Amino acid sequence: MRKLTAVPDTSEHSPEGIAGQSVPHDSATKHVTGRAEYIDDIAELPGTLHIAVGGSAHAHAKIKHLNLDAVKSSPGVVCVVTSEDIPGRRIIGPVFHDELLLAYDEIEYVGQPVFAVAAESFEQAQRAVKLALIEYEILTPLLDVKLAREQESYVLPEHVMQRGNASAAMSSARHKVHGELVVRGQEHFYLEGQVCYVTPTEDGVHVLSSSQHPAEVQKMVAETLALPLNKVHAEVRRMGGGFGGKETQAAHLACVASIFVNKLRRPAKYRLSRRDDMVVTGKRHDFVNEYEIAFDDQGKIEGTVMSLLGMCGFSVDLSQGIIDRAMFHADNAYFLNHAKVSGYYCKTHTVSNTAFRGFGGPQGMITIEAAMDDIARYLQIDPLTVRKRNLYTAERDETHYGQKIEQHNIAEIIAELENTSDYWRRREAITAFNASNQYIKKGLALTPVKFGISFTSKHLNQAGALVNVYTDGTININHGGTEMGQGLYTKVAQIVASEFQVDLNAVMVTSTRTDKIPNTSPTAASSGTDLNGKAAQVACGKIKAEMQAFAKRYFNLADQAIEFANNQVIMGENSMSFAEFVQLAYMNRVSLSSTGFYKTPTIHYDRETGKGKPFFYFANGAAAAEVTIDTLTGEYRVTRVDILHDVGRSLSPGIDIGQIEGGFVQGMGWVTSEELLWNSSGEVISNSPANYKIPTAFDIPEIFNVNLYQQDCPVDTVYASKAVGEPPLMLGISVWCALRDACASVADYRISPDLTVPATPEQVLFAVEQAKMFKEKDSGQAL
Amino acid sequence: MIKFLLNGSWVMETELDPNMSVLRYLRTKRGLSGSKEGCASGDCGACTVLIGERSKGNGSQTVKYHAVNSCITLLGAMHGKHIVTVDGLNINEETHPVQQAMIASHGSQCGFCTPGIVMSLVGLRESQTSCSRKDVLESLSGNLCRCTGYRPIIDAAMASFDVADNKNIINTTPAWSAPEQEEVAGLHTVDADYFSPTSEAELTELLTKYPGARLIAGGTDLALEISQNYRSFDCLISLSDIEELTELSEAGNTLYVGAAATYSQVMPWLKTWYPEVVELFERIGSLQIRNRGTVGGNIANASPIADTPPVLLALDASLELASTAGRRVLSLKDFFLSYKQTQLQNGEYIRRIILPKPESNAIVKLYKVSKRYEDDISAVMAAFYLELEGARIKTVRLAFGGMAAVPKYADHAQTKLVGAEFTEASVAAAISALGEDFAPLSDVRASSAYRLKTAQNLLRKAYLEIANNMSLGVFSHA
Ligand SMILES: Cc1cc2nc3c(=O)[nH]c(=O)nc-3n(C[C@H](O)[C@H](O)[C@H](O)COP(=O)(O)OP(=O)(O)OC[C@H]3O[C@@H](n4cnc5c(N)ncnc54)[C@H](O)[C@@H]3O)c2cc1C
Ligand code: FES
Ligand code: FES
Repeated sequence: MRKLTAVPDTSEHSPEGIAGQSVPHDSATKHVTGRAEYIDDIAELPGTLHIAVGGSAHAHAKIKHLNLDAVKSSPGVVCVVTSEDIPGRRIIGPVFHDELLLAYDEIEYVGQPVFAVAAESFEQAQRAVKLALIEYEILTPLLDVKLAREQESYVLPEHVMQRGNASAAMSSARHKVHGELVVRGQEHFYLEGQVCYVTPTEDGVHVLSSSQHPAEVQKMVAETLALPLNKVHAEVRRMGGGFGGKETQAAHLACVASIFVNKLRRPAKYRLSRRDDMVVTGKRHDFVNEYEIAFDDQGKIEGTVMSLLGMCGFSVDLSQGIIDRAMFHADNAYFLNHAKVSGYYCKTHTVSNTAFRGFGGPQGMITIEAAMDDIARYLQIDPLTVRKRNLYTAERDETHYGQKIEQHNIAEIIAELENTSDYWRRREAITAFNASNQYIKKGLALTPVKFGISFTSKHLNQAGALVNVYTDGTININHGGTEMGQGLYTKVAQIVASEFQVDLNAVMVTSTRTDKIPNTSPTAASSGTDLNGKAAQVACGKIKAEMQAFAKRYFNLADQAIEFANNQVIMGENSMSFAEFVQLAYMNRVSLSSTGFYKTPTIHYDRETGKGKPFFYFANGAAAAEVTIDTLTGEYRVTRVDILHDVGRSLSPGIDIGQIEGGFVQGMGWVTSEELLWNSSGEVISNSPANYKIPTAFDIPEIFNVNLYQQDCPVDTVYASKAVGEPPLMLGISVWCALRDACASVADYRISPDLTVPATPEQVLFAVEQAKMFKEKDSGQAL
Repeated sequence: MIKFLLNGSWVMETELDPNMSVLRYLRTKRGLSGSKEGCASGDCGACTVLIGERSKGNGSQTVKYHAVNSCITLLGAMHGKHIVTVDGLNINEETHPVQQAMIASHGSQCGFCTPGIVMSLVGLRESQTSCSRKDVLESLSGNLCRCTGYRPIIDAAMASFDVADNKNIINTTPAWSAPEQEEVAGLHTVDADYFSPTSEAELTELLTKYPGARLIAGGTDLALEISQNYRSFDCLISLSDIEELTELSEAGNTLYVGAAATYSQVMPWLKTWYPEVVELFERIGSLQIRNRGTVGGNIANASPIADTPPVLLALDASLELASTAGRRVLSLKDFFLSYKQTQLQNGEYIRRIILPKPESNAIVKLYKVSKRYEDDISAVMAAFYLELEGARIKTVRLAFGGMAAVPKYADHAQTKLVGAEFTEASVAAAISALGEDFAPLSDVRASSAYRLKTAQNLLRKAYLEIANNMSLGVFSHA
């Protein structure tokens, strides 16, 4: 007989590290010792090629002539390919097929790949691609969304969501404000750049990719190589950050590398240099948003008209969902009443913009927050009061897309935060400070977040998992979600440990692979744990059912259920350790492995009517930020931030706090120092960390209080938890509102000066100047 | 040949590409993949390693460990030094107190920045026995993390000082002496050479022999040519190990700053005379950059947005230049000719920077304005020097960076002030004259309008601060 492994610790003790407990990230020890492997760390196989891509120098042009002789003869170059060398599809794209993998005729953005090189080393490939001679016929690039709307240059037709009669509300309104908000995009700046390592297999290729969506990498590589899906496999153990930037963008690299692997039967690595990454991969969408709001004497909204113009770039990529989500979040937490929200999917000659934490939501949300401040200044009421008056309530509960808001905890969250942050006392102190200081001003803002959870493409709301129990009582899990630092693997492991009531250290999640879990959705839309955690739970349920049936047979139990507790399995009077029970089950030929499948119930959205229930539930929160600005230079500091955020019943408080703080700081970066800039010929000029500045440790507030608002999620989610990936990013909007509050103080709070997002010191200084001018003119008139 | 310690063991290398960075060497030649490449331009800190260096000169040898960006530190510079990487931190498989604290406080999420952060914090913990938030922020000034929002990392840094355990690289590495060597240390291939001379005599000899050679000090500008533009130099001559060029000395009313002394070396020394300058230096790059970068390199690189030239112009500095033909002294204001063009002749190098000690009535005001406080390049750099005689302005120098193709004085504005009374009116006249002095560019860092407005407001701010004897701003300094 085959000997079974000795079972580890079988003592009865309460399980350590299960759901609800704070545990370190599952790779924490590997991270701090440098032993966590990222793709570029994996020892290269002999003969590994290094790929680089040659791109266009112009934003809009036609290629007249392509001479690659010098590239081919450059030292170390093994092979050069163009579009003609692609065995399968030359046109790819995640949702719509509208992107050339390698361009061959028309060029639509600076850096657009035209040819690719495989060389013996990274540097040789980089040097070679510079040697191409490309002749262009230069065409005029379209770089501005308002111009795009004028010229009706769209990647998709306009979309409208409306409720009631907004234009009637506008014409009958007593008070109105209107404005235009320029919201710039954002570079992901995941610390690990895009990378993949592709190796030939007997039947096709194996792709290690730093991707949030291995199933799509698999599909696009298969299409590129004209291979069936079962001959291409993609695998992801971990990413060094993703933030949406590796949802679709990783596939391009894998496709290009695979062409060489397929052709030369040699392994190939394709890693983008940071600069290339910042130029050739999509970013958060720039927006220009126009708004007009009608309201009553109390500041309560009567009507809303908004146009959101998103800069999609040259192709669709994920822009449909992104502009839609901006529209879905044009209300943030507020009842828009009679509303018309229009979205424009502007086509520009720039890189195709893509997913970024919040997926359009932040750009929609910040617009209504700007309007809240405008209303407050207009009526001379505190902005927080205006915000509170406009929150959805049981009576005013219908969104502009027809979904009813069912959970109303934001008022409570705000109330608690008002209290813990001491909002009103600080408001008074700040007003007094500003009255007596000419050059240094302070600002304060408390803003809520309500973020819809679910993919708005219904079919993506599904997930699979595979749970294997081994004869020593350890458990291995695979699921369709990918780990990018958010702690998904840790949470799913905690869920499975909870299901069996065993110690977390007996449970492990291993890499996400298309040959283990097929047809997966991207790890995006904050849905990772909601979907994959549930799927893993379902798989555990099936294994437990098998165990139950076995125990009943074996121990002659009546109808009573077996129980999993304290690392033991309890069968009425009898009990044994989980591992011993597993061995017994194995000896009696019981299946100890199962898949699980989950799909989110009840959601739907009809694009024809712009109505539906796209979100399973909402994740809520609020932040209060205080800033100090220097009105001579526009420099500022964020001095204090208080956050209360709703994660439902937290699965892993340490990880949830990490998501909230990290999301907040990323959002703060987006609205402050991260300025994504293009020049007039369509080049990204913020193309390196030397000129694109994400926050450093110095930039975070010294007083930074972050708390979880723990209340069971009202719908059926895994252990009543809520998604936490994206929503906290939008807590950063409070910093922008606080800066605008400080600028407004220069005009004694009589106006809300324009403030571009991000509010760099330069933009703050301009807003201060605008406020000063208003005040001078105003006091001039008063005299 | 070069000889150095790598995680406690001696290594010798000869035939390696002189353009190779320490990071590339670790990852591709030694299989040490703990240090990560996040940018290859010195901006993210994921590649941070510690470099142990024996103090030069006098008998009792102390060793100091500095955090540096291995992506822009060339391997050739490692002769006689100790490279400590994250892979070498776990002596006997035990985690370092910093690592323990990072795990306990959820200091990593994706983990990609983590090895670099750990090394920066180990550098901090091993250089002092207690620490403040300010120390932690300084030690992290060159480390970006996109996931955590830093709070847990800051907490971990503080907590690491509470862990009693005193595992320490310094204590566990045996003392070492400079490897003996007959020829100048260096790396050589058939195409290229790297030399680390230790004296000016050796330097002069090499300059004669290799007239096309490129000088390198910290490499924090030059190595980016390699890491970003994939350039390959045929011959690099390092200035970093030449004692005469790293010396800091004073004589009479004059201070001499060795051109190849790093910012980190200069700062504690210069504090005695120019604390304002040291505060400003704290805003140059990050700690990692200051541990390698030199004032000489900053000047020779002649960038219009470099930070030290305006400061040194305000202080009326001169340069001592040297070459095979001999030495000469040149006032800094005559050094910059046009965009990136200087008086330096081929084969000539900056030997030292000559600074007058401040007059007793000297007022120095320095302002660096950038999008981000830490580790950012100036949009505007303003450096003001004033001597008042009663109410009158006896001497005034207003120097700016980021406002023109070269760092330069605001001549028109100075004219309005010199000899005038120091009043709101005279300052206002100078402020409007700045519009005649400068027509700045718009670029990724700032618009022309912002640059001019800010330059004007900084002069105003200086006036307000001096007249009211206060400091005005949102940061505690510079
Ligand atoms: C991330 C980062 C941040 C930075 N931040 C700042 C900043 O805030 N402010 C700022 O001003 N700069 C900044 N820099 C630029 C750089 O660090 C400084 O210019 C530094 O002082 C250069 O010194 P170095 O010794 O590294 O020069 P190197 O790179 O070694 O040399 C630069 C140039 O000068 C020449 N050279 C060096 N020494 C001499 C000499 N003694 N005589 C003649 N020629 C010489 C070299 O041949 C080379 O051409 C930053 C750089 C990086 C990578
Ligand atoms: S890799 Fe970013 S600083 Fe070295
Ligand atoms: S943990 Fe991901 S960048 Fe720091």
